[in-house]
Amino acid sequence: MFIIGERINGMFKDIAQAIRNEDPRPIQEWAKKQEAGGARYLDINTGPAAKDQVKTMRWLVEKTQEVSKLPLSLDSTNYDAIEAGLEICKYPAMINSVPAEWPKMERVFTMALKYNAAVIGLAMNEQGIPKDADTRVALAMELVAAADSYGIPMEDLYLDPLVLPCNVGQNHGPEVMQTLRQVKLLANPAPRTVVGLSNISQGTKNRELINRIFAAMGVASGLDAAVADACDHELIEAIATARIIMNLDIYCDSYVEIYRKQQK
Amino acid sequence: MAFRAVKEKYRSKVGEAILGATKEQGGTRGYTITVGGESTLPFLHFEGEIPNRPVVALEVRDVAPSDWHACFSAYYGDVFADPAAWAKKCVEEYAADLIVLHLEGADPDGKDASPEDCAKVVLNVLATVDCPLVILGCGKAEKDNKVLPVAAEAAAGENLLIGVAEQENYKSLTAACMVHKHNIIAQSPIDINICKQLNILITEMNLPANRIIIDPTIAAVGYGLEYGYSIMERARNGALQGDNMLAMPMIGNVGYEVWRTKEANSSIEDFPGWGLQEPRGILWEVTTAVALLQGGMNILVMRHPKAAALVKESIAELMQKTELEN
Repeated sequence: MFIIGERINGMFKDIAQAIRNEDPRPIQEWAKKQEAGGARYLDINTGPAAKDQVKTMRWLVEKTQEVSKLPLSLDSTNYDAIEAGLEICKYPAMINSVPAEWPKMERVFTMALKYNAAVIGLAMNEQGIPKDADTRVALAMELVAAADSYGIPMEDLYLDPLVLPCNVGQNHGPEVMQTLRQVKLLANPAPRTVVGLSNISQGTKNRELINRIFAAMGVASGLDAAVADACDHELIEAIATARIIMNLDIYCDSYVEIYRKQQK
Repeated sequence: MAFRAVKEKYRSKVGEAILGATKEQGGTRGYTITVGGESTLPFLHFEGEIPNRPVVALEVRDVAPSDWHACFSAYYGDVFADPAAWAKKCVEEYAADLIVLHLEGADPDGKDASPEDCAKVVLNVLATVDCPLVILGCGKAEKDNKVLPVAAEAAAGENLLIGVAEQENYKSLTAACMVHKHNIIAQSPIDINICKQLNILITEMNLPANRIIIDPTIAAVGYGLEYGYSIMERARNGALQGDNMLAMPMIGNVGYEVWRTKEANSSIEDFPGWGLQEPRGILWEVTTAVALLQGGMNILVMRHPKAAALVKESIAELMQKTELEN
């Protein structure tokens, strides 16, 4: 499981301010910090405050790429903004994200093919986030079938079962875990899985603890990627350890350092 | 219905290491040898690339071996006293790809040769043959830490492969290989975890990963070959799945392990049902070597020239793509 660094997001105050003042320094500092922490992708989210989404996305991509060679995950519901970012990405990027809805899937999968990008597919549609695993898996299947019809390889499709904060959506937890396991059976080769990790702890007082336990449980359920805080060292330690316990990496005394290094 | 081969798609591949240096590269070797680079499991040509064939080294010692079966005298008896002539014979008559020079004479309990004398032997061998060279210490860490750095310095530029580094004793050899630009053998005691950790420790001293060769420690057929083999399998699968700290080519002391077994050495008089000793020993060595090839061994260190020849034949066949693979 690898980490998509979540920090370059206009929802954070320092990033929102940087966008407003056109000051690249906070963006670039976070890019470097997350890369050093062990992120393998950097998520780029313009946030709701940016007036011109297209222009802001392009600026964030440019400034990030000046200091980091990590591939980017372009995070927006505005597909024009995503396309503007894809046009200038130096490395194959990830589109974050598309729900199981037409014509959104058509727009996103066409873009993904054109720019050789991976896609995060959300297990939801016009009716919102499903309550149970079965409905999530059914929507995941729609995403798999649609991606396949556009010729997107399954290794480039990341299915997100959608995580709700554990204090308000507690009944979703086991459904998410079950979805992670079941979507692996939808195709061969199997599609990948991803979660917005920090969602699980929104509004709680033990955010880091909840995040890392969830990450470890995710690894046990076959989770491939998480949009998360790459600078949370204990989170990285928990993931590295879960990977050892699941026999995904071969143990050695320096396994944590090696996991961190190999993400780069 | 037409047959369709099911192909595994791997994330990564085995690293490549280059042994030896030609004149243009700062050494004096006539050629270099590249090992590793596989992007699939051994000899599955239909699935990935196997850019470099496994190579066969023959073993040379700086002192006449006292513990080798008498059958070896027929091949090496005339050169036992002269390591340079011995090496030359291995290359010219027995077609060794490279030579492993075992500095047994350094052993404090034996000849106790000085580091300088050992370095002289290395230089003599280098002056006589033009193949890449592997040098091994006497196995006593304290003495090897004195001998190997001196030999490494004397042969600076030749891009030798020097061994062995172990988890408890890797620093001085790693430093010597760094400074004098050689490759290192990282030996672990049939233990994948230590194997990986040792590679990490060596790279943390800034010796690049592509200058490490793994010695997983192997055994002969009948003596636990399957333990070493399973370590090799895990290392190879790890390498192909992206574990850089297990992605080094591998070396195995086949001759040494085989020729200390009862099966290779006992006479027909002692075991009438076993057949003649020498062909039996040769086959024991060949069988061990060929099994290890299937585990991903890149450098086979062998002893009997006839066994080496048979294994080279086998490698040539294994490297040919079949109809399916074309």
